[in-house]
Amino acid sequence: MDTSRSAPDRQRDYVLRTVEERGIRFVRLWFTDVQGFLKSFAITPAELEVALDEGLGFDGTSIDGFSRISEADMLARPDPATFQILPWRRGGDTARMFCDIVTPDGAPFAGDPRHVLRRNLERAAELGYSFYVGPELEYFYFADAGPEPKVLDRGGYFDLTPLDVAQEYRRDTILALEKLGIPVEFSHHEVSPSQHELDLRYTDALTMADNLVTTRLAVKEVAMEHGIYATFMPKPLERYDGSGLHLHLSLFQGDENAFHEGSDAYGLSKVARGFIAGLLHHAGEITAVTNQWVNSYKRLVGGFDAPIYETWARNDQTALVRVPTTKRGKIDSTRIEFRSPDPACNPYLAFSVILAAGLAGVENAYELPPEMGEDVLTMSTSERSAAGIRRLPENLADALRAMESSELVRAALGDHVFEWFLRNKHREWSDYQQHVSRFELEEYLPVL
Amino acid sequence: MFVAVYPPAPSSGLTAALLGAGFQPVPVDDVAQVGSREPEQGWVAAVVELGEDVGLGALVGRKIREEHDVGVLLVADRTVTADLGELEGFDDFVLTPIDVTELRVRLRRIGSTAVMDSAGEEVLRFGDLELNTSTYQASIGSRPIDLTYMEYELLRFFVEHPNRVWSREQILSKVWGYDYFGGSRTVDVHVRRLRAKLGESRASWITTVRSVGYRFG
Repeated sequence: MDTSRSAPDRQRDYVLRTVEERGIRFVRLWFTDVQGFLKSFAITPAELEVALDEGLGFDGTSIDGFSRISEADMLARPDPATFQILPWRRGGDTARMFCDIVTPDGAPFAGDPRHVLRRNLERAAELGYSFYVGPELEYFYFADAGPEPKVLDRGGYFDLTPLDVAQEYRRDTILALEKLGIPVEFSHHEVSPSQHELDLRYTDALTMADNLVTTRLAVKEVAMEHGIYATFMPKPLERYDGSGLHLHLSLFQGDENAFHEGSDAYGLSKVARGFIAGLLHHAGEITAVTNQWVNSYKRLVGGFDAPIYETWARNDQTALVRVPTTKRGKIDSTRIEFRSPDPACNPYLAFSVILAAGLAGVENAYELPPEMGEDVLTMSTSERSAAGIRRLPENLADALRAMESSELVRAALGDHVFEWFLRNKHREWSDYQQHVSRFELEEYLPVL
Repeated sequence: MFVAVYPPAPSSGLTAALLGAGFQPVPVDDVAQVGSREPEQGWVAAVVELGEDVGLGALVGRKIREEHDVGVLLVADRTVTADLGELEGFDDFVLTPIDVTELRVRLRRIGSTAVMDSAGEEVLRFGDLELNTSTYQASIGSRPIDLTYMEYELLRFFVEHPNRVWSREQILSKVWGYDYFGGSRTVDVHVRRLRAKLGESRASWITTVRSVGYRFG
């Protein structure tokens, strides 16, 4: 290695030289707001050096959840390790970099979701752990972005086309993702009409949060190129399964999978048991973050393979935490699957609260309750409460109430994000409360 | 894989060792013939066996290196090791009797180290892979491959340190640095991506050494 120059210098140099060599004309600087919407501004190569050295100024008041008027000035500082040429812009003359947001005095901005996750990962690192995430991302293709979802492949819209008409869109998406350095392990048509799934190869949590934001955009871009619309809305079709973001989680200590214990009947270490117990214990508190929309809770209902109760099991599709069977000798693939999050979450914040909940269980050695299979669904409410089984929040208001009193979530998100999030989501709930739905009109108007 | 050998009639031990290590020795009478006899694929290196006149052999080696941009391996007798410290203008040496594995490793290392391209930029080569260390561009044949910064740095590390096994922790600390909290599994993720980008026929350049780490070359 070239030791005469520091790594940051070399990374900066790499970006500048690549832009020059590959004829890049625009560099998009990316970050997300608190709700996970991708924000972007484009700069020309001439501005790149300044952006890399000092960051680029912008008005933080225009970004949801960023700042109050008094502290409007923000700097976006691109992370050169995330430099990537975008595959879908014509001619390949556009690249992107994720940014960290800093205040004018150079301190990390507390409202930056990427910083929130970094802070939580650093805490895990202090305990000796690296946190890895492998997601299963579900989404729908519809004919357009109009208010009525029109499915592509069953009944109606594309009547005369083969069943999995979207195979081609999915293939183009996977090719685009591969070019973006995001390997797809597996992809298939999901159970609902027009629903699809992409399983991404695990990476460290920060890279995966970047990857998920990138993937959501890639899916939408490719759909747009084909003249259709892709959505990560958690529950767009009333009578079918919604879209989940099942997360396969593991902690490593150096080369060792900290979740694995060969002598345990389940192959799970004390760390894994503590982590699961932490997730179950704090599930209610973190749900507002992992399922942040009014619509998210339309997915978390019975009968659609989504988790409702805060349980764990080895091979049960209704449990909140599932422990997948690992092949013999595949110690490294020991992991747990957290099944409640949906793909419309902000992955930086979701990973932050999930990690915090799991680590709380590890550090305080929470006791893992017994495994609970599908029986939980046939139990009566009183049987469930006697067994100490709680239900996930039924709606956004319940979830916000659980979050409000959570010291764990406050610490994980930091005061700034915690308070803004609650304010914003309470407003969303109150807007929703004032809405008179089609359900009410159809059910009540004729009879009341 | 061709190596230029001087003097044109080397000791039989050297010829046998070169053949045994998988190289094709091509005798050269003088420095100029390194140019005129160069095969299409280029030289992996030039091997100069030092005879009684150590100074003469060393001079030939230095000139080959200067004039033809070819790495030079000296073959020396144990009695002249003291002189090696005084010499300049060679990349590496082996002592007689020659160990075939050592010879292979040292020649491959020379073959994959830096050369200057026509624009005066440092280029690392391995097979048909080129890494330009000035522009950070990688190419296979003449086709550029898009690498992220860390992919580029990892590939460069491999090309510069071929034929030895590195643990994930070693790679992590040497390529990523100690302050990275991504953890050593990140190395696996990047190796997988590099293999994919290098393409099927070259993916085997990076071999997984079970429960140890990775080896390149």
